[in-house]
This record gives sequence, structure tokens and C-alpha cells, in this order.
Amino acid sequence: MSNYIGQSIKRREDDRFITGKGKYTDDIVLPKMTHLAFVRSPYAHAKINSIDTKAALAHPGVVAVYTGEDCGNFGVPCGWQVNFKNGDTMKEPTHPLLAVGKAKHVGENVVAIIAETLQDARDAAELVEVDYEELPAVTNPNAAIQPGAPQVHDDIPNNVVFDFALGNPKEEVDAAIDGANHVTKLDFKNQRLAPNAIEPRSYIADYDVTVDKYTLYTSTQNPHLIRLLMCAFVLGLPEHKVRVISHDVGGGFGSKIYHYTEEALVTWASKQIGRPIKWTSDRSEAFLTDAHGRDYVTTAEMGFDNNGKIVAFRVHSDANLGAYLSTFSTACPTYLHATLAQGCYTTPLINIDVTATFTNTNPVDAYRGAGRPEMTYMIEHLMDTAALEMKIDPVELRKINFIPAFDGVNQPGYQTQVALQYDSGDYHATLDRALEMVGYDQFRKDQEEARKNGKLLGIGFSTYIEACGIAPSAVVGSLGARAGLYESAHVRVQPTGSVSVFTGSHSHGQGHETSYAQFVADTLGIPMENVDIIHGDTNEVAFGMGTYGSRSLAVGGSAIMKSLDKILEKGAKIAAHKLEAAVEDLEYAEGKWTVKGTDKSIAFGDVSLTAYVPHDYPEGLEPGLDFSSFYDPANFTYPFGTHIAIVEIDKDTGKVTLKRFIACDDVGNVINPMIVEGQIHGGVAQGVGQALLEGVDYDENGQMITGSFMDYAMPRADDFPFFETDRKVTPCPHNPLGVKGAGEAGAIGSTPAVANAVMDAISHLGIKDIQMPITSERVWKAMNS
Amino acid sequence: MLMKINVKVNGKDYTSEVTPMMSLAAYLREVLLLTGTHIGCDTSSCGACTIKMDGKAVKSCTILAVQADGSDITTIEGLSQNGKMHPLQSSFKENHGLQCGFCTPGMIMTAENLLSENPHPTEEEIRHGLEGNFCRCTGYHNIVKSIQHAAESN
Repeated sequence: MSNYIGQSIKRREDDRFITGKGKYTDDIVLPKMTHLAFVRSPYAHAKINSIDTKAALAHPGVVAVYTGEDCGNFGVPCGWQVNFKNGDTMKEPTHPLLAVGKAKHVGENVVAIIAETLQDARDAAELVEVDYEELPAVTNPNAAIQPGAPQVHDDIPNNVVFDFALGNPKEEVDAAIDGANHVTKLDFKNQRLAPNAIEPRSYIADYDVTVDKYTLYTSTQNPHLIRLLMCAFVLGLPEHKVRVISHDVGGGFGSKIYHYTEEALVTWASKQIGRPIKWTSDRSEAFLTDAHGRDYVTTAEMGFDNNGKIVAFRVHSDANLGAYLSTFSTACPTYLHATLAQGCYTTPLINIDVTATFTNTNPVDAYRGAGRPEMTYMIEHLMDTAALEMKIDPVELRKINFIPAFDGVNQPGYQTQVALQYDSGDYHATLDRALEMVGYDQFRKDQEEARKNGKLLGIGFSTYIEACGIAPSAVVGSLGARAGLYESAHVRVQPTGSVSVFTGSHSHGQGHETSYAQFVADTLGIPMENVDIIHGDTNEVAFGMGTYGSRSLAVGGSAIMKSLDKILEKGAKIAAHKLEAAVEDLEYAEGKWTVKGTDKSIAFGDVSLTAYVPHDYPEGLEPGLDFSSFYDPANFTYPFGTHIAIVEIDKDTGKVTLKRFIACDDVGNVINPMIVEGQIHGGVAQGVGQALLEGVDYDENGQMITGSFMDYAMPRADDFPFFETDRKVTPCPHNPLGVKGAGEAGAIGSTPAVANAVMDAISHLGIKDIQMPITSERVWKAMNS
Repeated sequence: MLMKINVKVNGKDYTSEVTPMMSLAAYLREVLLLTGTHIGCDTSSCGACTIKMDGKAVKSCTILAVQADGSDITTIEGLSQNGKMHPLQSSFKENHGLQCGFCTPGMIMTAENLLSENPHPTEEEIRHGLEGNFCRCTGYHNIVKSIQHAAESN
């Protein structure tokens, strides 16, 4: 007992998954359930002249057919307001549940058909006739703001959502760049990615006329957020009439945070027809409509003095937000991005300038890392490129520029030039350990030898930092968030001493049912088997904000700790009464209160029973042992680490093979090392995927040309070696568990390491840079041009 | 039009009437309510729907239910015997070979097929053998380890 924290306890949720008994939304079948299929726009930009649904309505099995005219007043909102530099509010067009007047990207919902079976609905969809008038489309964020570009929204000039700047005054940064001893300048196209959770989005809405209540089963990362957005901002429903349930969810990576049009549509339509409705995305729809990630066109410059110290960092980006503003889209290229521009370095002057644009493409939002991978890619790719240009070892260049170690307790946090204050960090420690793991000196010898033998080997570094555990409500509120970002926890001790924990965070692969039970059991000194973790149902759980931004343990776990403190505080009063001692004379350990220095004690279960059978009980104390808490963090958390990639490039084909990948991360304290390592592995795989394989492409007409697994290169098992991982621990100084979060680290750190390794392998051939994804074709062309 | 099929699934005989358009994956999920077989793409790319049919691993999303007439099928639900988990199932749990669990049934069924053909595969053979199955959570690291460990205990 009492030693679960730090152990790789096997996951309790696995039993249902490995036996095929997981309960994903599409697995649910309700009585009288109907099925919904969409007619989606085949054009990126088209006027809708008319829609003829007569034949579809007449198709056997069809229950109802809806167009934008039926529900055109409803639109899904954006959850984060960013203002123009001049203070004007960002442009925020309505995002209708079904297109009204114009379709603005390929795949936009135009008509919804509800039928007895999915096949009936799909067959009827084929019978809908939409008269489209195709309009010129724009897909590139930079092209979108040029004069004469097609206008996505007729009333939004130049397709500009907002412009934005953060950091030091631009003229100071400009002067420092102008005066720098060396400037490294790179153009970046941080390509658009498809999140591709293997479980497609799935929604079932069930309106119950007898009680005038709705139930929405949804594959979401944050059921309460969906309920709030849908009820308050879309359908105008009172929240107590709506229950949102999110059982098992097959991966999210950000894409299942957002409130999607389909979610609100099935809910609305379920009341119209008085029956349950299921919609499950197929993969083609997922490619076309699951919010994408990244998509920036950027120029970035880093200036150095003659000792290799960074003197200034300047960035201008055009960020593509797609045709409409998805829930957190506006935060990604701004407050989740520009705020990371300090990296791990003492850069004294920084200016980040971003123009966010509408294009005729699917909306873009947070995808694993959300703004932070893009910034980290720029900084870390500039560092290795600058090292090559200045002929300084990339490790040395980093060490020259690192912020010195600080623990946030004895030394203060580090105030960046871009708003954030880092909590604690020791960047040398993870770098030194990673160098040891990789055997750096030996590698350089091997590389030289390999070159003599005609082989191209390269090593790439990335010493990243991230801001996660989002976030203090007051801070994000001041930056435009239209929600708080606390978390809720309700701990209910049952009379016989077992414990139910209701958390507002959500597990869709992270293993909360296990790792949360570990620290709850340790804190209470009871067996893990006596602890249950419940999430994903708005009727069971207090209002919670869900899981994204590596926030579950840092924020959700802290909320649970607050409730556990209250449990133990009240329990001590009951124990003191039963033991006829003063509370101050008790100590709690191993699941019992003991009078210090004696063998008089009372067990947790006896105290809980007393709380619910309060016959002999402290005067004035309420019965029961049941506490709710909300935890609003004091700061973001700042995990960091060093990732090193070694690649080999085939001279004849340009194929990049990842030979080794080393990650030494510091995510603060760790509850379950096995789960944390798994998070790192998965993040690294996604980051490597961006570096070498993945990319959503639209053609000049706005047609997606990577809309299937045959066209979009998802990483497969044989694209990777085993990853080599280790950790350092710098506890978070401002939350009770000392944890920082591990969900995004892998995806943030790995991408530049791989790109840097490629350049290290081939830059001696005179190649300056290759844009991601660094495919065989691009490498071959660069080597043969 | 409905067509009659006879199939044996996880040792049990079923006779059903299905539409000619119904995929085997949909039949298993919607008619037999064996929802452990998942659908991730409809195009044989992701492998979440992998089952065993007449001794071979197949992707049930691109086989019609009527094509399965007369066949002997094993799904993830039929892998445990007498309440005891298959060594691959235990190994996936033991080695953290899954996170969200959605690709897992297909991964395990593919791995079962792989080990039945090649009981002691190399790492490379395992990675190659998983080419038809996507996982977005694990980076495949612990999936490969799970299969290695299951093979060692063979």
C-alpha cells in the first residue's frame, strides 16, 4: 500500500479494450435509432443557387431531410477572441450547421438526410440535386491576403481574421537583427496535418419528449465544453436539459476538443423527428472535416553576436485558419504559439507578428502541441541551421544560449520576453543525458567514416520547452479565452471506505483510470482496487473543462488532490473524536489515523463508516465524507527536454531512414512511468510523421488531394526504430503533485530533431533547407538540382 | 433484397439475412453486436477491422457479409479461451501495447496471424507484418514489444 506513485502499474482500462469490450460511441445502439448522412460540398467555393430534395425525401426509409434553410440560424462559435493590433475585434463569421448561400470549403455540410438505415440515408443523399455555381478559391494563407484574392466571406475584406504581435517593440528587434554579427534567416511552410485519430468522430443524439431532455453521446475530449457551447451558443438549450456522455474515445490529439456542426445538428434534429439519430464519420469525411493542424507560412530570423549568443529573434507568419473559426483556432497561432518564442534561451529581444487568414479550406485548430510545435520547429531548426552556418557545434550553440537552471523555489521563475514566466527548468541536464545516451563524440566519428564510404548519416538536435497544463483562468481570460481553464474533482468516499472519484478531465487513451487511482490510493493510504475513476458524463461529473494541452494531471489531478485534502481534514476530526484525542495529536499514514507516540489508531474505513453512521460523532460536524473542488492553476507548466534524431539518407532514392531516436524529457514528477513513456512514444511518432511523411494538400481549386489513407502518408510500424527514452525530474513548484504534463512533449520536440538530422546529413552537398514533409522526392530533388 | 448466410463466429453458428451491400464488419457489429471489430477507414488501410476468416487475417470492412457465407470467423471477442486471455492479449496489457484501444483488436488479430505463420519473428518482420495496421497513439513501440514478448512465451 501507499507506494503506487512512480510505479508502472498496468492499466485497468486495458481489460475491456483487449477483449473487444470497449464502449465507443459508434458501438451504442438505441431503440428506434435513425441514421444520418450528409451531402457535402464538392467545391471549395461555390454559390448554392438551389437545392432539390424531393427525390431524396421520397426514397424508402427516409425520415427527414434538412438544408441550411431549416437550421441556418444556428452556428457554432469560436471559443477564443483575439483582437486586431488596433484593438478591433477579430472577424468571426457564422459557421452554420448546414451551408447557407455559399459553400466555403470542400466537405462542408450542405444537406442532412436522416433515414431508417445508414444505407437508406446514403442512397437518398445521392438523389439530392444541388445547383452550385463554382467560384474561384484560395487555399494558401499568404495568397489569401493579396489584393484581388477570392473572398471567402463576402463581408470580410482581404480574408484577414486578425493581425497580432507579441514581444518587444519591433523597432528594437529590427535594430538588433540589423546590428547582429550573424543572421540566420529561413522561410518555413509548416504544413497542414490531419490528426487522424483512428476512431472517426461519432455522435448519437436522443431527445426524450417525456421529460423534454436530450442525451448526446459524443466522441469528445471535453463533454462539458461541448454541452456549454452547444446549449448556450448554438441551440439555446438550458444545460440542465442536456446530458453529454463520452464513454471510450478512440484517440483525439486535439481534433475531438472542438464543438462541431454535426454534433449540434444531430441534437437539434433528434427533437425534430422525436427519435435518436446516429452519425459516424467515415474516413473521407474525417479527412475533409476533422479540424486540421498547423498550416503556417513564415519567415523567421535569428541574430547572433560574435560569441554565438542570440541577440534577437524575429518572426512573421501567415496562419491559415480555414473557412471558419473552429473552437480554439484563434489561440493556436497567437497565445499558444508566440508565447513560446523564448524557447530555452536567453534571447533578449523577440518579436512575433502573425496575420491569421480565412481560406477555402477545412478549419484548422489545435493538433497535438497546437502552436507550440510550430514555434519550436522554427527556433530549433534555426539553431541547427545557424550552427552549420557559423560552424559552431549545435550542442555548443545551445549551451551558450541556455537559460541557467532554476527550480522556481530557491531561484525565481524565468520571465520571458513573451509574457510567460517559466516555472522551473534545467535544460543542461536533459541535453547532457541525451548526449550520453546517443554517444555524441562517437557518432561524429561514425559519420565521418560513413561519408568516406559514401553513406549519408546525420544527427539533429532539439532542446524544446513547452507551456502546458493550461491554464490560469484569469491569464487566459485576459488573453481572450471565452472560458475558464480550471478543473473539477468530486471525491465521494463510500460508507465502507471505497472511493469514487469524478473528474472533469477526460481520458481517450491517457490511462487516467489507472494513474489517477494510483495517486488517490497513495494519498489515502488505501488499496488501488478501492478507488474508481469516473469521467465523461455531464450528469455524473461536476462542470469540468476536459483534456487537452497536457493538462489532465497538472490541473485535473490537482483538483482531486484538493478534494483529498478536504477528505483527510474532515476525517481527522472524526478520528480525533473516536480516539478521544486532539486533531493536532494525530498523524495519518498507511490508511489510518494514529495518536502520535501511541498504538491508538482508527482506519480510514472506520472513519468513513462513522461519517455515514454518525451515532457517536463530533458535535456540529456534518455527516458524510464527500467533497468537490475546483482547481485553477497558478501558472502554466513548462516541461522541456532534448530530442536527438539520427537519420541515414539513401543517395540514390533520397529516402530518409530514422536510425535512432533519443528523447530525454523532463515532465516533472511522474505517477506512472509506463504511461508517460507511452505518451512520449506516441508524440514522437506524430512529430516524426510531420517531419518526414504527412501533409494535407489542396490543389489550386481547393480540392483536397490527400483525402485518404492511400494519399496521406500516416506513419506505419516499419517507419520507426525503437525509441530510446529517459527522464530527468524538475518538479513543478506550483501544483501539489509537482507534475508538468507529458501529452504533447513528443510531438513538440521531435519534428525539428528529425529535420535537423536530415540537414546535418546533406548540407555539405550545398543544400540549404528542405520543407516538410521531407519526402524521398524532395530530398532526391534537392540532391540532384 | 435480403440474402441468407450461414457463418460460424467464435465457435457459434449463425444464420442471418443480410443486404448484399452489407460489409462483414457491419454484419459483425450491427447484426451480431460484436463491436470489438472496429471500422477506421472503409478502405482496407487502417486494419482496425481485422478478423480471422478461415484461418487467415482479413480486413472485414472490404469483405461483404454475403462473401463470408459458409466461413469460420474469429473476432477479438473469440480470442480468449475458457475465460483465459490469449497470450497476445495479456502481452499487450503487460507491455502497454495500447492507449486509446481503438486499433487494438485489429492489431491483436493481425499479430495472432503473424505469430501463427511465424512464431519467432524478428523485430523487422514484426514491423513489416504490422504494415496494414495504423496506430496513432503508441508510435508502435510497445505494440512491437508486446508481440515480441508474446512470441517469447510461445
